[in-house]
Amino acid sequence: MMQTPISLPQARGFLQTQRKDLWWLVPLLVLAGLGGFIVYSTWAAFEGTNFFIGGLEQPGVQRLLSPFYSPVLWDPRGMHSGHAWLGELPAWWPALLPFSPALLILPFPAGFRFTCYYYRGAYYKAFWGDPASCAVGEPAFRGERYRGEQKFPLIFQNIHRYFLYVAILFIGLLSWDAVVSFTHYKADGQLGFGLSVGTIVLVLNPFFLGLYTFGCHCMRHLVGGKHDCLSCSKGRLGRYKRVTWLNERHMLFAWISLIGVAFTDIYVRLCANGTWTDWRIL
Amino acid sequence: MSQQPSPIVNAPSEATDATHTVQFRIWRGNASGGAFQNYSVAVSEGMVVLDCVHRIQAEQAPDLAVRWNCKAGKCGSCSAEINGKPCLMCMTRMETLPPGETVTLEPMQTFPLVRDLVADVSWNYRVKKNIKPFKPRKPDHADGSWTMMQEDVDRVQEFRKCIECFLCQDVCHVLRDHHKHDEFIGPRFLMYTAALEMHPLDIEDRVSDLKNKDGIGYCNITKCCTKVCPEHIGITDNAIIPMKERVVDEFYDPVTRLFRMFKSKKV
Repeated sequence: MMQTPISLPQARGFLQTQRKDLWWLVPLLVLAGLGGFIVYSTWAAFEGTNFFIGGLEQPGVQRLLSPFYSPVLWDPRGMHSGHAWLGELPAWWPALLPFSPALLILPFPAGFRFTCYYYRGAYYKAFWGDPASCAVGEPAFRGERYRGEQKFPLIFQNIHRYFLYVAILFIGLLSWDAVVSFTHYKADGQLGFGLSVGTIVLVLNPFFLGLYTFGCHCMRHLVGGKHDCLSCSKGRLGRYKRVTWLNERHMLFAWISLIGVAFTDIYVRLCANGTWTDWRIL
Repeated sequence: MSQQPSPIVNAPSEATDATHTVQFRIWRGNASGGAFQNYSVAVSEGMVVLDCVHRIQAEQAPDLAVRWNCKAGKCGSCSAEINGKPCLMCMTRMETLPPGETVTLEPMQTFPLVRDLVADVSWNYRVKKNIKPFKPRKPDHADGSWTMMQEDVDRVQEFRKCIECFLCQDVCHVLRDHHKHDEFIGPRFLMYTAALEMHPLDIEDRVSDLKNKDGIGYCNITKCCTKVCPEHIGITDNAIIPMKERVVDEFYDPVTRLFRMFKSKKV
């Protein structure tokens, strides 16, 4: 007779479990997927070039802007993207401080994803091992000192709804970029209408981001979930049901939109550096 | 003819053409210690894990302690951990387990052990008593009744499916690994609170308790409770996160707090 000398309740060590299924697979995929995105987006944000095509110097090319760089507040010195709101980087910007238009933008969508209820659960498991998976042991050092989101620093996750407001603004900005992507400069400097593969990519990007953003748990709360009586106000129940439909698919849209936004940047980047050509349909 | 218990402890029951033998590894012991013991069981088509445990009881280990009642997934008594996963023994069919592999059976890990597969879940009943009870508004009609719309109680009715098996409490790492029993009421009772708090007739305020007494902030949304729920209740998405958002309204969102100053509390 085999005997294992343990007493209950069992204090399991880190990653110890009686589970026999592939419990490590999902956290590993999340680690690879989210980790890969963080590394790539950080590199892309610091890169500072190849974030647009279709400027004045490229007549006939559809005007595409990477979502990581939208909106372009200032163009880097010597660059004319045609998307900058305030022109070239001002002279007062310290020369020693690195500048890329994306560095001013990315913290906001990154904050929305970091504080998202779905991603929180996913990265606590994949990056923190808290726990690595359900019914799998945690690192011993954490033990009863665990604070969760009850105390500093993770209590700041409660700021999520403010990132939601900014994320909705970004849906608008990226939708505008999608509209702009239907245009190109002609040889005479006038704008012309056109459609390319890049246009379709830039249209799909805010569409999927919208499915993710508007299915957020905070949105579900704000459109009606916070009320005990859903039927007491005209339209509240309908809005709540529609957001609930999206919310039930929140994980799916979180990943589709994450991959979509990375692919959009890669598409624009490869077109900008000449690896790919943005194929014109119209 | 009724089957007689085998006098030989741990001997496998006879396998016939319609059965096959499965090895079980079952925790035997009490609060002061114990060990896994191996058993061989003849398993026939349609058997669930609880059937196997009963066969072991009948044929090999009459002193094996196991709690069960309805054998239909409705009483929530036979909660245990099967191959490391919190499950109802009566709802886990043998054919869903990996064929040819030993089945490991343990009691729930989050509660004190009574003996063998039986854990002492009385902590849960003490927690429940401390939650503010249902407090309805004044009746809408002279006969003492109220009017409610079905769509307003749909959310609450989902939570009413709970059979109190406490598998969600068992798998919750805040209780299981961090032993926050004194500061955290666990997913079952966050959901119970949500059912009261979202009820269209209820006028009690439990949001402050959720933050300060019930420790809702300890939940880090791993959704393990949702995954193990035998009633497939959306515990995390439909109960805990909505309650977290109400706590944000009350304590962490200055704009909402400002608006609430001009509105009645319960709408």
